[in-house]
Amino acid sequence: MDSFFKELFGWLPHVQLAHFLIVSALLFSLGIYGIVTRKNAILVLMGVELVLNSANINFVAFSRYGGLNLDGQVAAVFVIILAAAEAAIALAIVLNIYHRFQTVNVDEISSLKE
Amino acid sequence: MELFDIVFYFFAIVTVGSASVVVFSRNIMYAAFSLLFTFFGAAGIYVLLHADFLAVTQVLIYVGGILILILFGVMLTNRVVNVDIKTGTLQTVPAAVLVAVIAGSLSGVFYSTWGTGDTPSSDALTTTPAIGEMLMTAYLLPFEIASVVLLVALVGAAMIARRKG
Repeated sequence: MDSFFKELFGWLPHVQLAHFLIVSALLFSLGIYGIVTRKNAILVLMGVELVLNSANINFVAFSRYGGLNLDGQVAAVFVIILAAAEAAIALAIVLNIYHRFQTVNVDEISSLKE
Repeated sequence: MELFDIVFYFFAIVTVGSASVVVFSRNIMYAAFSLLFTFFGAAGIYVLLHADFLAVTQVLIYVGGILILILFGVMLTNRVVNVDIKTGTLQTVPAAVLVAVIAGSLSGVFYSTWGTGDTPSSDALTTTPAIGEMLMTAYLLPFEIASVVLLVALVGAAMIARRKG
């Protein structure tokens, strides 16, 4: 079984710090793409969550590999706290926008006042 | 090739794959549900990085809180029963070029800088007591500010979302 796995996955490189960082870079880019291209405000929010998660992966990866001890993990805890607050506020605003404009498409909402 | 590597590649594929479903899917519900797998994949990556407390926090807050909020948002702002749950995109080509440049340059910098021979620092068996102690000593002020921020955010969200009149 072990040799089977070695045969199957042996060509993949051994996991280093850079692998975690590249995962986080891909997540960041996908989040930015979602923020820039989506019309629906809630999908823009999902993009923001992806970006925050990628930042968290970076924090934790450096905390494990970079000798940053647990400071990086504490920073990630604060990022999660702020993400929760941000999601609550942003969804409240989105609901309000929906009640006022009957749409949540960010390209159609161009006025601050009716 | 160890088990660690295989598990890492599994979680990396789950995370990035479901994140691309979030970004590219036309259906909002599919996007919201694949966000679930992205969060779980990130939690798995935290476990691989020996951040057990953070992994549990990720599952509790992101999956149990933020994702539920987002699902509520989707269902309250789109007429789920009336089919119209698709969504459009804007400026996809310039955004794709920009994002490809960002991803390529970030990955290149990461790989050229940290690609070889980094050893992880010493293994802590569990991180929860240490994080709790740090929150009560070195990070006491940010901790208190975060609690005030959460309170203000809760009150503000309730104020904003309430229907007037």
